[in-house]
Amino acid sequence: MGDPVVKKFMYINRHAPCGTIYAVEGLEVVLIGAAFEQEVCMAFVDDGVYQLKKNQDTAALEIKNYAPAYRALGDYDVHKLYVERESLEQRGLTEQDLMQLTYEDEDDDWKEKPSLKVVTRIELADLIAEQDVLLNF
Amino acid sequence: MALEVNGKTYETDEEGYLANLSDWSKEIAENMAKEDDCELTDNHWEVVNFLREYYEEYQIAPAVRVLTKAIGKKLGKDKGNSKYLYELFPYGPAKQACKYAGLPKPTGCV
Repeated sequence: MGDPVVKKFMYINRHAPCGTIYAVEGLEVVLIGAAFEQEVCMAFVDDGVYQLKKNQDTAALEIKNYAPAYRALGDYDVHKLYVERESLEQRGLTEQDLMQLTYEDEDDDWKEKPSLKVVTRIELADLIAEQDVLLNF
Repeated sequence: MALEVNGKTYETDEEGYLANLSDWSKEIAENMAKEDDCELTDNHWEVVNFLREYYEEYQIAPAVRVLTKAIGKKLGKDKGNSKYLYELFPYGPAKQACKYAGLPKPTGCV
């Protein structure tokens, strides 16, 4: 057998956290897919940026609040989370409205580093162009 | 499926994982372990309790790889390795320990 093939995967999240199953299913696929040790990143655009909103409360919806699970992504070695600046601005949001997501860098003495990065639409287009596989949720 | 402990019945899924996290008690964990011919020692409890704390914080049950790494960080390298964890939980540390902890089957366990 040769070396395992490592592909660049991007999961693109476009839907609000609740109301449809897209966001939670997308997150689940990322967590499961992490076991295959591919190069994984996530992008949050359109209403998908709401998935990262701080202080989500689903009590009134009577569904489980799975937002804390985004904080576990670092443990799964998923630490490249790109948020589109234009989508934030259109919704009156800034980076301060989002959860603080971090990971511990194994190659840098487990230093805690931020996982979220706000990028422009043009920067995101370049990132999308670099990927081998795109999965939309 | 259902599990009976001390005359009370608890709902489980088809693989024996508790349906309601809030039903969990130490007796339920011990009962599940007994059915697997496993006696829970302090070392088992350390992992089970760790999983319950992890779930409380992140709302997911960690995959085995994530569990191993996290245990290593919290309890030391001699415990954060597959050999140690598989000796405690021969059916798979994440799967079996999550079951005893009353959590759903771990996300990312294939």
